[in-house]
Amino acid sequence: MSDLVNLTIDGMPVSVPPGTPLIEAAKQAGILVPHYCYHPSLPSPAVCRMCLVEVEKAPKLMPACVTTAAEGQVVNVNSPAARKARESVLEFLLINHPLDCPICDQAGECELQDYVFQEGRSGSRYDEYAKRYNPVEDFGPDVLYIPNRCILCTRCVRFMEDVAGEPVLNVSERGDRAHIGIDEGHLLDHPWAGNVVDLCPVGSLISKDFLHKARAWDLDKTASICTGCSQGCNITIDTRDNTVVRLRPRANLEVNRHFMCDTGRMNYRWMNRGDRIEAPLVREGARHAAVDWDTALDRVAQLVRGTTGSVVLLASARLSTESLAMLKRLLEGKSLRPAVRIPVGEEAPLAGVSGLALRRDRAPNGEAARMLGYGTDWEATIAAASNAALVVVVDEDLTEGEAAQVARAKAVVVLGTVEPQVMASAQVVLPLTNTAEESGTFVNRDRRVQRYLQARAAPGMAQPGWWVAAETLGRVTGKDHQPTTAALAFVVAASAIPALGGLSHESLGLTGQLARSGAEPAGAGATS
Amino acid sequence: MGYPYPSHARETVVLSKYFGDAAARSYDGWVKRGGYEGLKKALGMTREAVIEEVKNSGLRGRGGAGFPTGLKWSFMPKSVGPGRAHYLVCNADESEPGTFKDREIMRWTPHGLIEGCAIAAYAIGAERIYIYIRGEFTEAWAIMSRAVAEAVEAGALGRNVFGSGHRIEVVLHRGAGAYICGEETAMMNSLEGKRGNPRIKPPFPAQSGVFGMPTTINNVETLAAVPSIMMRGAPWYKGLCLSSPKSTGTKLWSVCGHVQRPGNYEVTMGTPMKDLIFEMAGGMRPGRKLKAVIPGGSSVPIMTAQEIEDCPLDYEGIVAKGSMLGSGGMIVMDDSTDLVYQIMRLARFYAHESCAQCTQCREGTAWTTRILERILAGQGKPEDLDLLLDLADNMTGKTICVLSDSCAAPVVSGIKKFPEEFEAYIRHRRRPASSGSAPTMAARS
Amino acid sequence: MSADSPAVAHGAEQAPYRPVFVGEAQARLQKLFEQYPTKQGCLLPALWMVQEARGWIPDEGIAEVAEQLGLTPAYVKGVVTFYTMYHTHPVGRHFIQVCTTSPCNICGAEEVVKALLAATGCGELGATSPDGRFTVIETECLGACGFPTPVLIDNDFVESITPERVSGLLQGYK
Repeated sequence: MSDLVNLTIDGMPVSVPPGTPLIEAAKQAGILVPHYCYHPSLPSPAVCRMCLVEVEKAPKLMPACVTTAAEGQVVNVNSPAARKARESVLEFLLINHPLDCPICDQAGECELQDYVFQEGRSGSRYDEYAKRYNPVEDFGPDVLYIPNRCILCTRCVRFMEDVAGEPVLNVSERGDRAHIGIDEGHLLDHPWAGNVVDLCPVGSLISKDFLHKARAWDLDKTASICTGCSQGCNITIDTRDNTVVRLRPRANLEVNRHFMCDTGRMNYRWMNRGDRIEAPLVREGARHAAVDWDTALDRVAQLVRGTTGSVVLLASARLSTESLAMLKRLLEGKSLRPAVRIPVGEEAPLAGVSGLALRRDRAPNGEAARMLGYGTDWEATIAAASNAALVVVVDEDLTEGEAAQVARAKAVVVLGTVEPQVMASAQVVLPLTNTAEESGTFVNRDRRVQRYLQARAAPGMAQPGWWVAAETLGRVTGKDHQPTTAALAFVVAASAIPALGGLSHESLGLTGQLARSGAEPAGAGATS
Repeated sequence: MGYPYPSHARETVVLSKYFGDAAARSYDGWVKRGGYEGLKKALGMTREAVIEEVKNSGLRGRGGAGFPTGLKWSFMPKSVGPGRAHYLVCNADESEPGTFKDREIMRWTPHGLIEGCAIAAYAIGAERIYIYIRGEFTEAWAIMSRAVAEAVEAGALGRNVFGSGHRIEVVLHRGAGAYICGEETAMMNSLEGKRGNPRIKPPFPAQSGVFGMPTTINNVETLAAVPSIMMRGAPWYKGLCLSSPKSTGTKLWSVCGHVQRPGNYEVTMGTPMKDLIFEMAGGMRPGRKLKAVIPGGSSVPIMTAQEIEDCPLDYEGIVAKGSMLGSGGMIVMDDSTDLVYQIMRLARFYAHESCAQCTQCREGTAWTTRILERILAGQGKPEDLDLLLDLADNMTGKTICVLSDSCAAPVVSGIKKFPEEFEAYIRHRRRPASSGSAPTMAARS
Repeated sequence: MSADSPAVAHGAEQAPYRPVFVGEAQARLQKLFEQYPTKQGCLLPALWMVQEARGWIPDEGIAEVAEQLGLTPAYVKGVVTFYTMYHTHPVGRHFIQVCTTSPCNICGAEEVVKALLAATGCGELGATSPDGRFTVIETECLGACGFPTPVLIDNDFVESITPERVSGLLQGYK
């Protein structure tokens, strides 16, 4: 511990492990050294020259991104010389960078805007001929390149070469003619290529999906977890007027560093679906009647109480840990066979980050389901459902064939977001919130428990799965003390899973915690 | 000198002894002239002893930086670690405007260079030498190729050099048109098959150089001096010193521009600059007066005719006069020169050659050029000079390599020492004598 | 070198690209691999081989080199466009480079350029003459400052060229 390096940055004492670059050491003092080409997940070339700081006894200004903290160093990030150097870099960048802000997507989240505002000149002294002009280029499935705006930080080139392992972007030409280039035969279709848009400090690499969709300052930003696979990348959901318009990765050095894959990134339109089950529905004869929650929940409780035979629970592995736990608790006393469906797809690792990939297991919460004792033998469970006394289907869309089998059960209760295949045979249909409309947790493939927060208002009368189960359980048992918040529902989950002992929503924060290794209750069915 | 004129009496002829003597090019010709004895002698010494000898001679890098050569060699690891091959890179990328000495060494005494390289390689524990020759030097390439083949055949290069048991081989590597590749770390990137971008230091080449291995890079003229140091001894070389004791040996001065007899002159360190220009190179053309001299290649500050009056040709002496020895490419300009135009042309050179990594250089060299073009076009403003000086200040000491500083040097020295030239354009609406042949940088955008 | 390459390929049709690294050239490439610790180190020499064989480096040449060396075409292209001696467009049968940097500039280099443009019929820098014979460009310091003005024609490095010597010089290049 005592082999930390002690130095002073802008008058503040700082202690860091040996080998720490000044730009990271400064964060300890609460100082952000302005920079462009540096990125904690990329190799540092020190080319933008924005992070030059004054180091006592050094003859020249030193780039903070590659200068290592040394014992007794006295660093001045905001000395007049350092400020002048930064101001000059900004002025140099602006001589060719067009004033595109009114039409540029990056406005409001642009690092050039931010630093110029903070410490740039109020007016440029560039009084020469027109700025260089080059047309927009289509780099591939989602990425557009606007060469005029490019500040040549080369983050995109380094990401593709060193992190994605596919050097498909280059710097072409020399001097002020330089620009980012791509080979026409090999565009940016790498499964993780979309990250270059996040990495670009300005609006030079932009997303076609997000093009002109919303202004950054109109967006509400919510911390969440990607639902695309079992990796559990931390994300931010950007909404505008309650509509999800964009997903971006959120930094978590233990899970996804600063990245997310394109499959997850583009997987958000379902969050906005309008064709939802709007109200609780109870079967009356041949049709379903919309009722209030009390009526519907009473009916479900009645069905649960009255069931003596087998109960099959067919749940989505996209449900929160809280919902999965409460549903199981609701039906525990019965002869219960719970299962989740685990969709699969092709794995796509990010070569430069160990332990990070788009996973074959495409369910975000399969691990919690397993920990709770859910089986994963979906087909066999569907078959069992056809003979069951009660089948509860939760947020999982069944195929026609599956629906036909389930319909043969004595009673069917459906909880879902959109109208299910199996609707016709359901006694009760209850509207659920989707992941963006609720708060909860997922457990990823590495047994990391991570929170996601509510990003948009729930439509109609939709409620989270754990709430439905809790309310029903209260009616079934007559016991009032059921969880009324997701955090309390998590406590219930933790009591059912020893590995979650000691964890709480509060302790999880926004970067999550690893579950303890330990025994889980014996699970039914095979693991995939 | 030796070529195209015979050596002047005031030259100290060591490197240039056989310039103009085509018979010196062949292996046999070189041996007849005492060649390869230096290498044989070095092979009989310890590596440390060879390094010590070169250290004691006071030889400094002749490419531009002037770093003590023996000291540079001593930075290499003392022994070759497993999987850590040592490399010698010979910098034959000569592209500094005003400089044309290395090509003479290569085309007249190729074996002298090979011998120097081999001694250096032996001293630093390298078994392979890359000689990086700029792509435009087609004649030097052909001559060096033949010489290397001859040396291999004669056993001066190869797996068992002169039966010593040591292995030294030479690979010629052809450049492809980039001044910046003369910067030692950019050269290493170019050898690795990359864009010629300079690297940040640390790490230093002796620790992690070409292909990540310990590497020493030396200029052609530096290496060519090594055989005679071996043969005649460090005290002899050190004694070749007329002024500052830290500047020893001889230097090939590439004198060009407005002199009667342009060419390479080899003089002892400390020889007076005005003697070089007016006596050895024949002085001004008829009816012309000296206006300015850029002594060490275009990247060093311009000197006035006054300043060269009492300036010794050595590292410390030229620094004391506000410029630098640099590569020794001496550009002499008489009063027919449009200095503003030439400074613009130099700025344009740097703007062409910028690798594009650092913001100040990439944008600043082009901006500087455009302002100067505008001034030449009659649209200069009084504020332009302060702006040029401020840009130059912002471009100096802020970048990975010194190309940016090099662009600033002629601009700053030009404005400070020849303000009337700029005033003529800005206030008095002078027009350039020549309309130039290339489109302006602005028109190219 | 977008500014200095001709905007339009000269009259002749472009024949389909024939691979360069076959037979003797492949053998030479294999020898090159022995001289560098990585295949990537052979990139500049390999690009020279393509240009020497085909007169310029087309996209197919870039792809071929990339494949031979285990690099991506984008990577190779980034290197090709850095170095000004590699042509990425077809040029005249004879490529003429004239130094006009200051040491030569103050000794009349620009007059030599004008004379060459006129004598070749190129008219402007970077353009190929109508008969496809010549392309003329300005280049930076050629390292022959004591012998102004040096001119590099294909692989022939000639010096002390003046406007008067231009027509005689061009005689040798059909």
